[in-house]
Amino acid sequence: MKIKYLKLDKAEGPLIIMDEVPDAIYGEIVDIEVSGNEHRTGQVIQIDKNKVIIQVFQGSSGISLDEVAVSFSGKPMQIPLSHEILGRVFNGMGKPIDGAGEIYAHQDYNINGRPMNPVARLYPRNYIQTGISTIDGLMTLIRGQKLPIFSGDGLPHNQLAAQIVRQARISEEEAGNFAIVFAALGIKHDEADFFAKAFEEAGVMDWVTMFLNLADDPVMERIITPRCALTAAEYLAFECGREVLVIMTDMTSYCEALREISSAREEVPSRKGYPGYLYSDLASLYERAGMLKNTKGSITQIAILTMPNDDITHPIPDLTGYITEGQIVLDRSLYQLGIYPPINILPSLSRLMKDGIGKEFTREDHPDLANQVFSSYSKVQEIRALAQIIGEDELSEIDRKYMEFGRQLEEKFAKQDFEEYRDLNQTLDTMWKLMEILPEEELTRIDPVLLKKYLRK
Amino acid sequence: MDGKGKVIYINGPVVKAEHMVDFKVREMVMVGEKKLIGEVISLEEEIGTIQVYEDTTGLRIAEEVYSTGKPLSLRLGPGIIGNIFDGIERPLSKIYAGGGQFIPEGIGLISLDEEKLWNTEITVKKGDLLKSGDVFAHIQETSMIIHKAMVPPGIKGKVIRVVDNGYYTIRDTILILLDEEGNNYELKLAQEWPVRQPRPVRQRMPLEKLLITGQRVIDTFFPLAKGGTAAIPGGFGTGKTITQHQLAKWSDADLIVYIGCGERGNEMTEVLEDFPKLKDPNTGNPLLDRTVLIANTSNMPVAAREASIYTGITIAEYFRDMGYNVALMADSTSRWAEALREISGRLEEMPAEEGYPAYLASRLAAFYERAGYCKNLNGTEGSISIIGAVSPAGGDFSEPVTKYTKRIVGTFLALDRELAHARHFPSINWLLSYSNYISILSDWFSDKVASDLMEIRSKMMGILQEENKLMDIVKLVGEDVLPDDQRIILEIARIIKVGYLQQNAFHPQDLYTILPNQYSMLKVIDKLYDRAYACIKEGIPLSQVKEEKLFSDISLMKYQISEEKPELFQELIERINGYYDSLENRYKEGSTDED
Repeated sequence: MKIKYLKLDKAEGPLIIMDEVPDAIYGEIVDIEVSGNEHRTGQVIQIDKNKVIIQVFQGSSGISLDEVAVSFSGKPMQIPLSHEILGRVFNGMGKPIDGAGEIYAHQDYNINGRPMNPVARLYPRNYIQTGISTIDGLMTLIRGQKLPIFSGDGLPHNQLAAQIVRQARISEEEAGNFAIVFAALGIKHDEADFFAKAFEEAGVMDWVTMFLNLADDPVMERIITPRCALTAAEYLAFECGREVLVIMTDMTSYCEALREISSAREEVPSRKGYPGYLYSDLASLYERAGMLKNTKGSITQIAILTMPNDDITHPIPDLTGYITEGQIVLDRSLYQLGIYPPINILPSLSRLMKDGIGKEFTREDHPDLANQVFSSYSKVQEIRALAQIIGEDELSEIDRKYMEFGRQLEEKFAKQDFEEYRDLNQTLDTMWKLMEILPEEELTRIDPVLLKKYLRK
Repeated sequence: MDGKGKVIYINGPVVKAEHMVDFKVREMVMVGEKKLIGEVISLEEEIGTIQVYEDTTGLRIAEEVYSTGKPLSLRLGPGIIGNIFDGIERPLSKIYAGGGQFIPEGIGLISLDEEKLWNTEITVKKGDLLKSGDVFAHIQETSMIIHKAMVPPGIKGKVIRVVDNGYYTIRDTILILLDEEGNNYELKLAQEWPVRQPRPVRQRMPLEKLLITGQRVIDTFFPLAKGGTAAIPGGFGTGKTITQHQLAKWSDADLIVYIGCGERGNEMTEVLEDFPKLKDPNTGNPLLDRTVLIANTSNMPVAAREASIYTGITIAEYFRDMGYNVALMADSTSRWAEALREISGRLEEMPAEEGYPAYLASRLAAFYERAGYCKNLNGTEGSISIIGAVSPAGGDFSEPVTKYTKRIVGTFLALDRELAHARHFPSINWLLSYSNYISILSDWFSDKVASDLMEIRSKMMGILQEENKLMDIVKLVGEDVLPDDQRIILEIARIIKVGYLQQNAFHPQDLYTILPNQYSMLKVIDKLYDRAYACIKEGIPLSQVKEEKLFSDISLMKYQISEEKPELFQELIERINGYYDSLENRYKEGSTDED
């Protein structure tokens, strides 16, 4: 029989403080019975002699100091996992909420995971064809990569993620080996429904595991949700050998929850009130993507975050960009011009692309061609700025060609239908078509041999 | 020695324990049943504060803290090179071989392989007098490095017993020294050294040699001296890591220590996969044979991240003491500073700027000061050059880490987001970057490359400066309205940028340029500028002066460089002379005809 503690010293926001607990364990999970019927979950986050500070995931509201019973589990947060989790829906704490009963598993898994040994990692090199020109051509997604979408409120990041899920599936050769783990972090019900519907339409519902912490669910549970999701992903990838795609949205809500708990703990804040360990904390999530040597399976992460005020230098996108292997940046003005997907090409980047494209992987002309598009499109921006001042008619002939290049790039290449799938050859050929607009001397990034072989062919 | 503390406080990596009177500040300790490695950072009465280098989840109040009696130290000996360690010198490949796909806590203190037999050549004999730093044995550790076993600092004496040449492990006693006070010292192939204490040298020497990197923008525009320090700040996506990798691959140092401090796991994996395949341009041996990797990735415990920088620099100093030139890359020092901040916050210290502790500047300075060109205790000369990446929050160079680092380092290579967006790599901004080593290296450049190299460099810098000013106007009114003598500046600046400063790390001809070729390339551009500018001054219109094919061939000459074609540059210069001679003649004839 476990000891139950019946008295709290203090309850404030997400924290409760208890005295006279002689042998608490750092990080252990506690069960808090409120008023005899409701159970809440908490975690020990600080121990000072006999005084224990516990973070309550459902918050302290409704808790009285003496009508509680707190029991310590002696274990960190764990969830049971088996292959039955596919096709199931869980809440933010990893409890089933779809009415299909508990998960029976041989083993419980610690949701905090452990850092992957860099020696054990396999460097990701196989590209995933998403059928979206901008992504495949210019910021190729690699299996095992963590590539977030930097978006803003009201931009179609959910559609883009859904399109990736649907179309990446098509080119997946081992269809039966595929799995999706979806973590909803503080998003609205209709957004979660949108994803559920998108998965259904893509015919992947049986391979999806969903963890939902929606906007009206307890905020502190949001700290746990991505960890449950990634633990499930690790299980599916490295124990079941599946190619797992993890979608986490919205990371901004997660970071805000982290800030809330940090301020409740009266920690010294760094930028914009976010805790100094925001980088390490985010890294402990994002770094759980990857592949392992001599082990089947992979974890590819697409995290979605909305940039507050569309500001890419805000701590959340900033620190994320330092951890993830690139980013896909969505742009409001492109969206207002009616361009879907509104991917802002210049700040977007896939870091793993360099080793996953080219002769052995996609096509020999791909690296130089992508480089040239980036470089020419950056020139387009300069010329557009100039044209705003002196008017397009005053531009030199070459500059006008650049203007045309920019327009066609956006209209014929970047713009794509939500239902449209373009294969990689089609994407690369479109890029060559765009190159024809510019004079050949301007194409300094492309190897002359390749120019000869592909330009105007 | 066998004192025991008792845990009374746990908050992430910060643990406090009581009954700590016998402990010392900066002593290494083992915490709890799992024997987590930690370090005492302060003592107050009988309560000690400990920073723990492993995850403390699962640690219980009242668990014991064990003393080790020594400060956080490294084992320095054969087996370091080609290896990959975590922040406190535990070999990750060994952990992997033991089944550690994921890194567990409580694996204890393991470091170098104790079983491996090393083919040892003894270089001293019985009766020799040895002092600190003297070499007593040689081991061919890898194809590129002879490991020299040295008498540890602070020890000297007469050799009273020494083994023969043969195979020994790092636990075997190689020789016994007897000092004047009658103390015996048993010396082995490995020695221990506390990481936070710089290893002593006889004296510091002036810096006068270039650290050759093969990267044009660095070698000729913002050079780094052997024994000097450099910082590479840049927002995410500006190419810090690729630049660091390029330097690790192609620098002409004898040994590279690469610290992945709070960065991506896949980046370390990339180094591990690439370096064995890459060949050193000078010797043809695999690059891993001269590389040591320290990996504390962003998701590994934060306190060990703080230690990883010191682990790296201590290993660098050990090899410097053998007389090697070592280059140390720290990617990224900002993550190290953040680790300091995180621990400082948990200690409830008064924060200074942006939550960083007030001692950030002095810690940074102390780290960079461990670089230098030195005369070692044993009379050899060696150097440590430090190249630290900085990841400023929001790409803003006025944040504390960048600001303090800038004050200390000799070369500042500012990476630029705009250049990176245009895929101009390395995205080193030529207007914001600087090198303080130019004047002290000018003799070296004159001796080893050419006497006018630095002169041409400043001329080119002048053109780039001028271009920057003109661009302000161009942005408002367009290029066409400028007079030809200004437009030619823009054209030449374009060639400098595209043809010289940009360097493709993935192009086989372009990834590395030897110094004589860097000089020749600049000579060609200089020639083009002089001749073209003279023609413009003669009144020849730009449309005539700018010969498209010639200009574009010069922009692309970097891809044409090859050993089979050494006459490339001479040919280009002849083409320039040929073209402008005939242009001038034509023009003169034309103007005489009109007269």
